[in-house]
Amino acid sequence: MTQKLVVIGAGMASGRMLEHLFEADPQAYEVTLFNAEPRGNYNRIMLSPVLSGEKSYAEIVTHDADWYARHGVTCRFGESVVRIDRDRKVVVGQNGEVPYDRLVIGTGSAPFIIPVPGRELDGVITYRDLDDTEAMIEAAGTPGAKAVVIGGGLLGLEAAAGLRLRGMEVTVLHLMGHLMERQLDESAGYLLKSDLERRGITVRTRASTKAILGEGRVEAVLLDDGTVLEADLVVMAVGIRPETRLANDAHLEVNRGIAVDAQLRSSDPSIFALGECVEFNGTLFGLVAPLYDQARVLAKTLTGEADAFTVRELSTKLKVTGCDLFSAGDFAEGEGREDIVFRDPARGVYKRLVIEGDRLVGAVMYGDTADSNWFFGLIKEATPVEEMRETLIFGPAFQGGAAVDPMAAVAALPADAEICGCNGVCKGQIVAAIEAGATSLAEIKATTKASASCGTCTGLVEQVMSVTLGDGFKIPAAQNICGCTDLSHEDVRRLIKARALKSQPAVWQELGWKTPNGCHTCRPAINFYLLADWPLDYQDDPQSRFVNERNHANIQKDGTYSVMPRMWGGMTDAAELRAIADAADKYGAAVKVTGGQRIDLLGIRKEDLPAIWNDLNQAGMVSGHAYSKGLRTVKTCVGSDWCRFGTQDSTGLGIKLEKKLWGSWTPHKVKLAVSGCPRNCAEATCKDVGIICVDSGYQVGVGGAAGMDLKETERLVDVKSEEEAIEWTTAFIQLYRENAKYLDRPYKWVAKVGLDWVRQTLSDPAERTALNERFEISQSVYRKDPWADHARPEKAASFRLVADLTQEAAE
Amino acid sequence: MSWIDICAVTDIAERGARIVKTELGCVALFRTGPEEVFAASNSCPHKGGPLSEGIVHGRKVTCPLHNWVFSLETGEAQGADEGRIATYPVRIEAGRVLLDAEAVAAARSAA
Repeated sequence: MTQKLVVIGAGMASGRMLEHLFEADPQAYEVTLFNAEPRGNYNRIMLSPVLSGEKSYAEIVTHDADWYARHGVTCRFGESVVRIDRDRKVVVGQNGEVPYDRLVIGTGSAPFIIPVPGRELDGVITYRDLDDTEAMIEAAGTPGAKAVVIGGGLLGLEAAAGLRLRGMEVTVLHLMGHLMERQLDESAGYLLKSDLERRGITVRTRASTKAILGEGRVEAVLLDDGTVLEADLVVMAVGIRPETRLANDAHLEVNRGIAVDAQLRSSDPSIFALGECVEFNGTLFGLVAPLYDQARVLAKTLTGEADAFTVRELSTKLKVTGCDLFSAGDFAEGEGREDIVFRDPARGVYKRLVIEGDRLVGAVMYGDTADSNWFFGLIKEATPVEEMRETLIFGPAFQGGAAVDPMAAVAALPADAEICGCNGVCKGQIVAAIEAGATSLAEIKATTKASASCGTCTGLVEQVMSVTLGDGFKIPAAQNICGCTDLSHEDVRRLIKARALKSQPAVWQELGWKTPNGCHTCRPAINFYLLADWPLDYQDDPQSRFVNERNHANIQKDGTYSVMPRMWGGMTDAAELRAIADAADKYGAAVKVTGGQRIDLLGIRKEDLPAIWNDLNQAGMVSGHAYSKGLRTVKTCVGSDWCRFGTQDSTGLGIKLEKKLWGSWTPHKVKLAVSGCPRNCAEATCKDVGIICVDSGYQVGVGGAAGMDLKETERLVDVKSEEEAIEWTTAFIQLYRENAKYLDRPYKWVAKVGLDWVRQTLSDPAERTALNERFEISQSVYRKDPWADHARPEKAASFRLVADLTQEAAE
Repeated sequence: MSWIDICAVTDIAERGARIVKTELGCVALFRTGPEEVFAASNSCPHKGGPLSEGIVHGRKVTCPLHNWVFSLETGEAQGADEGRIATYPVRIEAGRVLLDAEAVAAARSAA
């Protein structure tokens, strides 16, 4: 006897299920299909090509009126289901009831709407169905129209790319630090962002929407940071949630989605569910592959055949023409996991494989996804990859032979194989240069230019030398920054400037970092190089800073902090001392007079830092930066104001220098002193920059040290006026900022480059002026009190506990 | 398990940490990715350094006092250093960080 089957929702899953069902047993059921949209089944994932104009709606229809008629399906399209009456086994539609023996719920998902003011304005839409797509196409018809897409995930980016192709000015807002963070790591996200920007799409990451503005119709989007973006259309694509209202009202078991077993049966044995509205074993479904699996299983269940649904590995691709990306499996780093990273900066290619034990568990690829299916197969089948580990990342074409020895591979390269892409140097030219007498990398660079530009082929050039010269050439051990890269600090500094790398992911990708996001050794160094070279473009990253710089105080052995206000040139007054005494009382601090002529408050708890800063700010004091790789103090003597031997106003010069230099970040800490006469009471001759005042003017010495090494300053220059002393000092510090290796004090850096070179460079007045100008540009960002900034309520909150469970437990 | 809602994921900076005070001491929540958080003891077994103040890289944290590196998954010290920190079950649901109160309490009775 034919049973009655009612299906609610004509989506991709239910359409596929009906196909399987009619194939297995065309006579088993008499089917009624409800759909709230006034149309039948179409291929929803092809809406992106419809939006971009690459396909028409007709091309994506999967089942037409003829198909429904042929299979005797009663179509109730454009009609919403009001409720399910389980006792009477009927579905109540807007236009009347339908009885069922079996019921399938395929209500899909609803887009998540972020709860900001203005979300109900005209012109604010989601991206879910054909109506949304048509609304977008219509909006794009107005010349010069602007769109803001909220959400940089799969759907949002497809919407953005489609709207851009239709000529709109498009901005994508993404809350997280990089695009598609669920599917991509930062490096792939960086490449994707670069690709989208090349297409004219503006991408703003870490952008939080505060409100949508407009009178009746959308006019602009307001961000948390105060930015206002004009918009004629706002597309919300921040995520979806299962549409479970009917199931909830019918009292079926619903968690995040409708709970089903492996046969897709709900808590009511007559009712089934499939697609994006279900939850199985705690998992929700948003991609099409598992939905098709569910459709197959449900069709079998309905025809009495045994089958069970299982969750499979999934992969993601972005349907934006020209953006080749792929991700699959679990690509987070982890214990017992190893990363294999391959980067080809010239072609914009990034590949990362994650291996656990002898299995491939995850893969992310950008720019070259030709082998993605092969890798996906290895993940799904859990194929042992131990044998091919060395060459795995090169794909299937490189498998099957003996393990490849990289030297043998270089030896086997033909003479016309290109080694240095920047300068177009092939292997034969390098071999010829060696045969003509070159024996060092420097000579190869000089004669062929190989590895003389970006430097990433240095290793390859050395391998060619080693193969050609045999035992006569030892590949030098690279002075690499850390295990994340083979490049030296000097190489990285040079490449950041030469190739205008302005973000950490740009450095990791373009310079071929071997780890996903660096380590505690390289991150602080790269952060400094970027902020020193691109003060206006790069935003300082607190998470790449050592605790003292992140918290703007010095951590002590017991986890408390020391707080040290600035005393300009070592001068203070009674009011400041009173405020310091009050703070010491209030926060229970120990008080220490330091060697840098200021007062240290020790034993401050982290959660009290914003409050004590605020108190000291109120008394006119700012951070003394006693914690920074930056300017510390300018120590002075009392000078000609008081001292019977003083030749110049050493205190005044010290204060001027400190006011000019404070807040600046440098490769390591920088300490200055100014002594009013050669008796040197300020101990200027062991400072990074020490100035001795004499009758005829000022002696500027540099490169002193009084720490692990003890070293007297060397004379840089003698000048006549204060202005010149300040100009030379600033130029010296900027030259140091631009060139030194992170954690080299000036004396180490000067020893490397030579005082002659420093003096020669600074002797050029134009060069000194340029250095001073660049220093001032940087100071326009950094000459600010970090205490005042962090004492603001919104930042102060992060210094407190995020929760206190001891209070709850006590109740 | 008994999950307690602690905070929003976004209350913790990416590659940063925040601390929760419990009866047995401070537990640090480390956010290693946009949607990934680990919970572990805040105290380094070496000299008691506050791990929540360390640099977070990959799924590891480096102690700010003497650069010991710990896996946040297993709690084991990495490299030549020997020791481990307690780790606790934590999960993310609808943008909120949930910590298993029973595990924190169990660790306390065991301690």
